[in-house]
Amino acid sequence: MAAEVALATGSSPGLALPVVCSDLHVSFGAVRAVDGISFHIEPGEVYALLGPNGAGKTTTIRVLTTLIAADQGEVSVFGHRVRREAMLVRHLIGYLPQQLSADFGLTGYENVWLFARLFDLPRRDRERRVREVLAVMGLDDVRDRLVRTYSGGMIRRLELAQALVNRPALLVLDEPTIGLDPLARADVWERVRSLREETGMTVLMTTHYMEEADALSDRVALMHHGRFRAEGTPARLKSALGPGSTLDDVFRHHVGAAIEDEEVSGGGRDVRSTRRTAQRLG
Amino acid sequence: MSAARVAPRSVSAEPGIAVATLPPWWRMYPSRVVTFWLVELRKIRHDRSELYLRAVQPVLWLLIFGETFSHLRAIPTPKGVSYLAYLSPGIMAQSALFIAIFFGIQIIWERDSGILTKLMATPTPRLALISGKAFAAGVRSAAQVVVVLVLSVVLQIRFDWNPLHLIAVAAFVVLGAAFFSCLSMTIAGIVLHRERLMGVGQAITMPLFFASNALYPVRVMPGWLQGLSAANPMSYEVDALRGLLIGTPSSLLLDLGVLVLAVTAGVAASASLLPRLAR
Repeated sequence: MAAEVALATGSSPGLALPVVCSDLHVSFGAVRAVDGISFHIEPGEVYALLGPNGAGKTTTIRVLTTLIAADQGEVSVFGHRVRREAMLVRHLIGYLPQQLSADFGLTGYENVWLFARLFDLPRRDRERRVREVLAVMGLDDVRDRLVRTYSGGMIRRLELAQALVNRPALLVLDEPTIGLDPLARADVWERVRSLREETGMTVLMTTHYMEEADALSDRVALMHHGRFRAEGTPARLKSALGPGSTLDDVFRHHVGAAIEDEEVSGGGRDVRSTRRTAQRLG
Repeated sequence: MSAARVAPRSVSAEPGIAVATLPPWWRMYPSRVVTFWLVELRKIRHDRSELYLRAVQPVLWLLIFGETFSHLRAIPTPKGVSYLAYLSPGIMAQSALFIAIFFGIQIIWERDSGILTKLMATPTPRLALISGKAFAAGVRSAAQVVVVLVLSVVLQIRFDWNPLHLIAVAAFVVLGAAFFSCLSMTIAGIVLHRERLMGVGQAITMPLFFASNALYPVRVMPGWLQGLSAANPMSYEVDALRGLLIGTPSSLLLDLGVLVLAVTAGVAASASLLPRLAR
């Protein structure tokens, strides 16, 4: 009986993996943004979707975070189907979108406080929790300053604090270091790395910085034109190509071009939003 | 950096089942509206420049248009009511309309900047998100109540200062602004671009204002315009404000009913278009 119920609702309690995605298709008009991908993420794993702009990474993430509907296929988060149980799924996810999403007209504290309220943190825990995540992200001293006075790296850390305030079971990071200078980039990755080491949080991220994916992820998927071209641990993908290969070489091998050459192939809106993010970061 | 501080909630206490407690909708909905409302208050507190700039418009309308038309005696007013007194509730509603009708720009800005995406990925029902935004617009517009009240003292307009009436006035202005901001967000959901929204906003603001009882009594209008005015929530808002502030005969219950219905329809319409903005 229990098994039947589990099957009927699509959730199998014993095996509820952080993410299960099967045969996902998403089209925008004639454009097949995601064209039949399947993957799963193990508990505690850092899983990276790699690919140029327009590869379908962000679209995949938007389905997973309940923002858009899939045309075909099924995605579940900890056993909850993203369409049917959207509210539950949202409750479990911490999401950092590609664009800079902090509100510049509020202080750092208020930005995180807003999300603490939107995730229904009990009133008695709220203030303590907001201060905690701000401290973890090293924003203690500046929490009462308006965000418009923050540097790009500080804004990204603030957004991480927002994404963490509800103690998400799954952290979703869409191009977390886009537009940042190398130092700020290294800092953001360092924080993600230590979060992961200390908490064992499951992380799904997208990036087009190969060396970062290599250093941080347990497994990566190379995505191009809405499809997976390869999937596996960075070590295995590299060794399959021969000694001394980098993840960049792996990408070139599977996609037939270096990722930089493809950068302009993303949709107009995608490129525009990337540039805007970079611009806002100064 | 301490580990326990950011640890995820125990997801695997029961193997594989993620624990999440969602409050029931009747607690969540008002809580979200209050949240957006508080955030708007914070924003106003951090940057009051818009508030001051917005105060210019009602001042100009009452001082220039109001004074001139008072002297012209062109517009019939109820017995014993000066034209300035008759006009000022209309200007209160109008200046709130002008703020609310461009609120959709904020939604488009939030969409372009990624704020909206992130809000929509939180456990916030679409209806609650839009209601929250609509009442945030209401808060911003309610500042105009204060502006016109202060002006009324300067211009020696005799208002009813009964606190209950003033609270009701604020409530009606908030409701009116909530409706017009929903209208604006609905248009935002259709046109999706700031420039187009500006264009549509400009195009409908004046007709909304002139096809209402804000400047002149409905009975001086031609029949077709009276029909438009009767379908315009603005007219009901002004009717209520006049009744409360200068004691002209008004149908408060009807006004309230129409505005509540209009807000409900507006929230539903813009919430149904929200997924278009999320794409």
